Parts: sequence; C-alpha cells; structure tokens
Amino acid sequence: MDMKSLYLLIALAPLAGSLIAGLFGWAIGRRASHVVTILGVAVSAVLSLKVLSGFISGQTEVFNGSVYTWLTVGGHEYAVGFLVDKLTAMMMVVVSCVSLMVHIYTIGYMQEDPGYQRFFSYISLFTFSMLMLVMSNNFIQLFFGWEAVGLVSYLLIGFWFKRPTATFANLKAFLVNRVGDFGFLLGIGLVLAHFGGSLNYNDVFAAAPALANKTIQIFPGVEWSLMTVTCILLFVGAMGKSAQFPLHVWLPDSMEGPTPISALIHAATMVTAGLFMVSRMSPLFEMSDTALNFVMISGTITALFMGFLGIVQNDIKKVVAYSTLSQLGYMTVALGASAYSAAMFHVMTHAFFKALLFLGAGSVIMGMHHDQDMRNMGGLRKYMPITWITSLIGSLALIGTPFFSGFYSKDSIIEAVAASHLPFAGVAYWALIIGVFVTAFYSFRMYFLVFHGKERWMENHGAHHGHDDDHDDEEPSTDHHHGLGPNDKPHESPWVVTLPLLALAIPSVLIGFFAIEPLLFGDFFKGAITIDALKHPGMHELAEEFHGPVAMAVHALSTLPFWLALSGVVVAWFFYLKAPQIPAAIKQQFSAVHKVLENKYYLDDLYFNLFAKGARALGTLFWKVGDMLLIDGLMVNGTAKLVGVFSRLTRKLQTGFIYSYATTMIIGVLGLMTLWFAGIILR
Amino acid sequence: MNWADLNLVPVMPEIFLISALSVILLLDLFISDAKRGITYGLSLLTLAGTAALQVYTFEPYAQYTLSNMFVADPLASLVKLAMYGATAMILVYSRQYAADRDMFKGEFFTLALFALFGMNVMVSASHFLSLYMGLELLSLSLYALIALQRDSVPATEAAMKYFVLGALASGLLLYGMSMVYGATGTLEIAAIAKSIHGGSANQLLLVFGLVFLVAGLAFKLGAVPFHMWIPDVYQGSPTAITLMIGAAPKLAAFVFIFRILVQGLDGLTGDWQSMLAIMAVLSMAIGNITAIAQTNLKRMLAYSTISHMGFLLLGLLAGNEQGYSSALFYAVTYVLTTLASFGVIMALSRAGFECDKLEDLKGLNSRNSWYAALMLLTMFSLAGIPPLVGFYAKFAVIKAIVDIGLVKLAVFAVAMSLIGAFYYLRVVKHMYFDEVQDTSPIVVRGDMQLVLSLNALALLVLGVLPERLIEICVEAMKQSLTVL
Repeated sequence: MDMKSLYLLIALAPLAGSLIAGLFGWAIGRRASHVVTILGVAVSAVLSLKVLSGFISGQTEVFNGSVYTWLTVGGHEYAVGFLVDKLTAMMMVVVSCVSLMVHIYTIGYMQEDPGYQRFFSYISLFTFSMLMLVMSNNFIQLFFGWEAVGLVSYLLIGFWFKRPTATFANLKAFLVNRVGDFGFLLGIGLVLAHFGGSLNYNDVFAAAPALANKTIQIFPGVEWSLMTVTCILLFVGAMGKSAQFPLHVWLPDSMEGPTPISALIHAATMVTAGLFMVSRMSPLFEMSDTALNFVMISGTITALFMGFLGIVQNDIKKVVAYSTLSQLGYMTVALGASAYSAAMFHVMTHAFFKALLFLGAGSVIMGMHHDQDMRNMGGLRKYMPITWITSLIGSLALIGTPFFSGFYSKDSIIEAVAASHLPFAGVAYWALIIGVFVTAFYSFRMYFLVFHGKERWMENHGAHHGHDDDHDDEEPSTDHHHGLGPNDKPHESPWVVTLPLLALAIPSVLIGFFAIEPLLFGDFFKGAITIDALKHPGMHELAEEFHGPVAMAVHALSTLPFWLALSGVVVAWFFYLKAPQIPAAIKQQFSAVHKVLENKYYLDDLYFNLFAKGARALGTLFWKVGDMLLIDGLMVNGTAKLVGVFSRLTRKLQTGFIYSYATTMIIGVLGLMTLWFAGIILR
Repeated sequence: MNWADLNLVPVMPEIFLISALSVILLLDLFISDAKRGITYGLSLLTLAGTAALQVYTFEPYAQYTLSNMFVADPLASLVKLAMYGATAMILVYSRQYAADRDMFKGEFFTLALFALFGMNVMVSASHFLSLYMGLELLSLSLYALIALQRDSVPATEAAMKYFVLGALASGLLLYGMSMVYGATGTLEIAAIAKSIHGGSANQLLLVFGLVFLVAGLAFKLGAVPFHMWIPDVYQGSPTAITLMIGAAPKLAAFVFIFRILVQGLDGLTGDWQSMLAIMAVLSMAIGNITAIAQTNLKRMLAYSTISHMGFLLLGLLAGNEQGYSSALFYAVTYVLTTLASFGVIMALSRAGFECDKLEDLKGLNSRNSWYAALMLLTMFSLAGIPPLVGFYAKFAVIKAIVDIGLVKLAVFAVAMSLIGAFYYLRVVKHMYFDEVQDTSPIVVRGDMQLVLSLNALALLVLGVLPERLIEICVEAMKQSLTVL
C-alpha cells in the first residue's frame, strides 16, 4: 500500500465507524456499534504506530501532497492534503491510541446510557476530525478540522442534553470558542492576503522570511508588524481551543460531558490542538518576539492561577480539569520560550497521564454510583485497588516525580524557560516554580481525599451529593441513581474500564524516560519545527547540559522543583489526613481569598454580565430596529410581497388560451426584430 | 452519391436503433397485452445495444458522412449516451405508472424510441435539412405520446396546444433557415460559417433570419417569451410523458442551438449573444417568480424548467469554450435532476391518483423517509445548494459570464436563484414539517426503487466529485469547437 492510501485509511477508518454507528446504530444494536467504532479506531492506531516506527527507523519519508481537490476559485485551490512528518506522526499516535483506550473504556462507562450508539459515533467522528486537523498540509483543512473537533466537543459536552447545566456549558464552550476562532480566521485571512496567496503550509513558510520586516496598516497611520499581528491572531485561535487565559472559562464547565470525553477531548487531544498549531507555525512565530512574549504571558497566567483554583474544588472532575488548564499553561509557556519540542513532549506525556487521571476519576465516579463530590469519598483504596494504583501513578507523573514521564517533560519546560532570553521569561520561570508546589498540593489533596482516610460516604449520605451545581433535580430519568446508599460499598469497575487504565499507566511511567533524548535533543523534530537558534538559543543551551535521562533525574533530586513537589505532597497529607481541621480553619481565616477562588476570580460573572448581557442588549436593539422594522418589515416582507404581486401578475398572463400563447410568441419575435432592426437601421 | 465512399460506421448506432425499432414495431403486433413486458425488455435491450455501438464506434474527432449531412463528434456521442440513459431510466420509471393508466402499449415504446431517433438525428446533424428532419421526428412523436390517453381531457388539450404552437415555432425556424439560405446560398452548417466569415453574405438578411431562428430555438428550449406551452403541457401530460418532454429533448435542443448558433452563425455572435441575454434574464425572472404562485407540483417544476433554461442560456451566451462546456454540464446534470424529481412523483402516484399537487407531499417523511430524502436531494440540487451537483452547474455558468465581464447579469442570476430557493424549500418543508394527509402505502417496483435511488444519489456524488464529468464536457466541447 502506498503512503497516500495508508494515510487516507488512517483518517477515514474512524469516520466509517462513526457513520455506521451513527446512521445505522439503531439497526445494528449496541454491541455491533461499539465493535465497528473500536475497529475503525484500532486500524488508525495500529497504522499510526507503524508510521511512527517507520519514522523512527528512518524508513518513512516526509509525505506532503494533496489527495483531493475540491474546487479551484480564482486561482486558489481548496484541497484536502496531508503533511505527515514526525510531529504529525507523534500526534497521530497520541490521538489514535488515547482514543482507542477511551473507546474501550466507554463500553463500561456508558453501559446503561440510552445514547450508547450516538456516543460511540461522536467519539469516532472526533477522532476523524482530530486526525484531519493534525495531518493537514494547509490552513483550510486545518480550519475544517479545527471547527469539526469544536463541533463534536459541543455535541459531547451537551451529550446529556436534558440537563440545563449541560446545555449551558456546551453553549458557553461554543461561544467562547467563537471568539478564538474569529481571531484564528482573521489570522488565516492575513496569511492568504500577504503570504503569496497560497494556504499551503510549505508555500507560506517559504514566503515568510521575505516578510519579516513588512508592516501593515490596520488603522490608518499606525504601522504594525505583519508577522506579529498574524501570529497573535493565530494564537488567539489557540487560546480558544487550548483554553488559555482569558478564553479558558469554557473548559471547567465542559466537565458536564461524560467522563470519557473529558479524558479524550478536554484533556488529551482537542485542547492540545492549539499548541500543535503553534508548533506547526513555528517558522512564523520565530520571527516575532512580541508574539512569543504574548504567548508566554497568556500561558504563565493560565499555569499559575488556574492551579490555585484546583485547590478549592470539591468535584473530582473539576480538580482534574483545573489541573489540565494549568498544565496547558505550562505547555504554552514553553511555546513562548521557543521550546516547541518541549511543549510537544509535554503534550504527549500529558495526554497519557491526564487521560489516565480522568479515566481513573471516571472509574471512581462509577464506583461511587455517579457521585462526584470528594467530600463523600475516602478510603476507596481497598475497594478499588486497580483504580487506586493507576491513579497514584497518574498523580505521581503529574507532579513530576523523577523517572516518571511527567517529570521529564515538565522539568524540560522549566529549564527551557530559565534559559529563555525573552523579557517576560523571569516572571514566567518563578510562576512555573510556584506552580509545581500548587500542582503537587491539589493533586495529592484529591488523591488523599479519595483513596485514603475515613470512608465518608456513610456519614455524609443524604446531606449533599452530586456536583456543586444545583441540577440534581433535573437529572434525566434514564440516568443512573446518584450516590451510594448507607449500606452500599464502592466496587471496582469492570475490566473494560480497568484495562485502559493499566494500558495508559505504562506510558505514563515510561515514555518520558525513553523519549526525552530523541525528542528534545536529537533531531526528531528536525524539519517539522523551526527554531531561530541565534535569537532563541534556549534549547541549544539545554542540550549541552543534558547527560541522559538518569543523570537528569538524579540531578533533579537536588533542585528546587523536586523539593517543592515533595513539600506539596507532605502538606496535602498533613492537611487532609493528619489534621483535617486546618484547611477549614484556613478557609475561615482567609475567607476573602477563598471566595475569590471559589468564584474563579469573578471572570465568569464579568463575561456573563459584560459580554453576554451586553451582547444581548445590543442584539435586542438591532433586532427591534434593524430586523423587525427595516429588514423584516421593509426588506424581507416587502420584497416577498413584491415578488408575490409579480407572481400573481405573471400567473394571470398564462391564460390557458392557445391564441394568447401564440400572440406572446409573435410579440416576442416582433420585439426582437424591433430591437435589432432599430439598431441596424440607425447604425 | 458515391456508394463506394459511403462511410456508414459513424451512423451505426442510428442504423441499429432504427432497425431494432422497426423489428419491435412489427413484433409488438403479435404480442398480447399481458406479455407487453417483452416489448419493454426489447426496448431496453435496443437502448443498451445502441449505447454499446455508440461507445464502440466512438472516435475522438469529428467524422462527416452521408454527404456531410451527418456528423459524429465527441459532443454528439456524449449527448447521445446521456439521452440513451435518460430514455432507459424513463422506461424503468414509467413501467408501473403506464400500466396503471392503460398506457403500457406498444405505441408507448415505439414512439419513445422514434423520439429518441429524432433526437439522435438532431444532435448529429450538420445540415439544416437533417436538423429540421430530426426536430420534426422528435416533435411528432411527442405530440402523439402526449395524446396517448385519448380520453383524457387535459392530455388531449396539452397535445393540441403543443402541436399548434410547435407548428408555429417550426414555421418560424424554417423561415429563419430560408433567410440564412438566401444570404449564404447553402444549408450546410460548416459552409454557412465559411460564407459568413468570408463576408459575402448579406448582413441584413442574416440578422433577419437570425431573429426567427432564435425564436424557433427558444421555443424548443422553452425560454421566455416562447415558453407559454411548457406549464400547460407539463401539467396536462401524463407524468411519464412530461418526463420524456422535459429530459432528453433539452439535451437535444441544447446541441441543436449549439450547432446552429455557434457552429453555423459564429460570425453573428455579438447579435445572438444579446438576444440570448434578454431571453435568459426574462426566463430566470418569470420562471422563478411565477413558480412561487403554483400549487401544482408539475406546473411548479415546469416554471422551474423555464428558469433553468435561462441559466443554460447564460452559459451559451458567454460565447467561449468555458461557457459552452459549462452549459453542456448544466444540461446534462439538469436532465439527471429532472429524472429524479419526476421519478419520485411517479413513484408516489398510483392507479387513479396523480401525486402532482404540492400538498400531496405533506408529511412524506413520516410516510416514507427514503423517498422524502431522495426528493430532498433533488430539490436541494435544483435550488443549487452545495454540495449537490446543481450548485456546481450554476456556479460554472455564472463563473463563465463573470469571466467575460457580465457581472450585473451574474448578480441578477444569483438573486433569481435565491428567489427560486423559496419554492424548492417549500417542498422540503411540506415533506418534513407538515402533517400527513394521505396515508396510503407507497408501493414501488424493486428495479425502479434501485434506479431512482441511484439517480438521486448521483446528484450528491457528482456534487462532491464533479471533476470527471466537467473534464469530459470540456473535452467534448474542445473537439467540437476545433472543427470551426
């Protein structure tokens, strides 16, 4: 099989599964639906692994070509094309493998849900869209994939569409992403207008160096650097998709969706699309320090302040969600520091251990009969041993324990930021260092609350269960019952759930150790990622200090991040196991701070009151004056009435009498004659 | 005529068609009504055989024969193949329909094949005489077909109207031809073109003739103001016959116009361009606007045809290869869409019931969601909604006129298709959002079900992958234009 058809197969296999399960799911039943979708994704996963191993062994060449031209307008070609290099291959493996695990896991998690086939169809469709996004060789297809994953994300957040909170959350995600996509589209527009008229990556990158100092006037009289404006606009798109401050507000709410998709879409893959895009565009970003600084600031704020929010959450999924936000911030900071390879490395390791943590959280939720409040948990270790051990591994990887995968990627990011020469890098460095402590603290707060300590579900029963939000009453009647009864015991999940946990635990531990050297300091990303080594020498300096993964881990034992992480764990242990009265006391003492955190820095309220209500007020005005009066009243209904009048008039001409028909024809001939002979005679 | 030089190979498909047709005509006399299926099968076989010969004798250049009266070029071959396909599909669609209405007789098939033969002659004519002969053979067969139900008042009325107006149009056409003959001294299309280019022809006489020619041609196509017969004939004829009038003859008429105006009167391009432009504007406006006021589905589609012919004229009047090939693409895909839309109407009709009112479609989705989906595809395609093929066809002709600088005309065309979208979408609304009124079961023969489904799905497939067909159209046009 030639490479083109292989890549096509990788992308289309999940689509086929999705279509079958989506269109014929009612006919073929639940079992067949999950079999076809899993089969489709498995084909993608196996072939993606083959492609990646081909790249590692050097047998596979970079593929860049179009596979289908949809149309050509005014010299612009709109084609579906693939650019598969090592960066793409890595993302393909991450997407398809995590997706495969999530597919299997879903069999257990969605077992009793009436929308079983629909769910499988959606997640396979997501896999297809995400693969199209990462495999694209042009901006149009990138944008298609971008919107398609957004759409599926919207559909899945609102999967339980009878819950008002779920529909609110998906609308919110959709609207916030519109803001990002607007910027993204403007960025693509600038690329189309100024970079030689092509939307193919390679043409754009080839045209870019000549435009390094070009300026454009957006407002008359003010010159802007084209490269900076383009990059910032593209990054605004990434801010929406990858949930960076200030467009991060949709991600915590997206936890209204079923847990498998939180793992797949809102932790492992879709939210990294923005980071992937920036890495892909590294030849452009490298030319603008301003844009890189912008990226770094946004990432820093996200990394630190979203970590703080993780501390005050009681919903197990929300904790993981804020942790995701904070980790995405880390990756974004790495992008700003020109450490694209470190960012992508963290994308990969994070995909595995965060998917693991989410799926573990889902397993806990199942064990607790769909109770998500950590205050009702405790001591689950002995009831759910596999979930416990895998969650522990995930948490250790997340906080950056030496030798775990998270350690290598996160430490590389911190080192890269330390080596960066950008003006903001100093602040970013310290924010990330503090972030290490925060991460360790909230991760192990969750771990201890859930798996250790007293078995609180017995005492707390009836007082409060479910989510923080007050939607328990509106649960769809088909949903599972909530919480454990007084005599119930949590139980370990079935094998379809624990198998993916175990499968994800392996890369969470090992992949960093084996991948760091080729990925960061070898030439794995050569050709895919461009770094201007003169202006941004950070990664090169790092490479000189690197003496192998073991040395790096041993060395880390004497550095600040390790001790901060350790102290985070110890403090969490002390607060939540040893002396549980302390957190309550602190909460009392610093109630103002706590309130700010609990309200998520009041950003939601700000957006809601300012933008949502403002937009509505403006919309109402336009609607009343513009729509009702002008457009509907005068133009639409007016035109429609006019057309109607004409319509009745011309209908009357059709008398049904043959002589009037013949007369019309004769008049037609006469009319033509008059027109032409008048012309000829006057000529 | 020198018999030794006579090259009959390019005419083989026509010879086979007329021979097989004669055989069917004779055989049918000895077949009882109960075994009429044999005639049906033989007709389909004839079509298949003709098509096979067409492919077999295909040459990628123009071949003249029969004293230069007949030309076989890629354009003719392409259009003929499309017409064979269209006729075969009509026969499949009308089998049950005709049987229910006592029309499943030998005449039905032989007249249909005679009409096809007439169209073949039209498409391959390179001489005014053969052109006219083909046209008359087609017209006479169609008159008779419409009146096949002798006792039906609307059908006989439609046949009468068509006949009288058609005779008038033929008169105009003949008169125009005689004027051109007077100006150039020849009836052979290539010679006419040469004479005009040579400058020896009388200009005044030529333009005079052109007006009449255009009027006659416009009648065949059904362009305003020569469109009056279309609504009445479409509505009055049995749906199977409506389809015979509305499908393949449009293709034949397109080639007919191409041969006369483009190949023959190339020297008068400036003149006929403006005439076509006037008719295109009027057709798009009157067709689309009047269609809104219709309550009869067939009548609505008749007005829709008028507007589509306006679009077809847009491509022709562009006056260059791009325009002609996009018009050819438009014609081919339009015929395909028409087949599907009338096919669904026939599928929904049954003995004693014509599904020809808009409200007959109400709630179709809940009665049979598959036919509703097929109708949805055709309506979207007619309205020009991507990714269906109708979008591409419209896009191509509009692009052709934008490229020659007629932006205002293009804007007008887009506005008109916007108005047109209303009544197509109204059909969709009826099917999907209205309450069912007629709950009788829909029974359709298996073969028809299959062909109709493939037909409607082809609209989608061609919309996603239009490349190949566009290439074929461009290639065919290129060959026909190099003859000039």
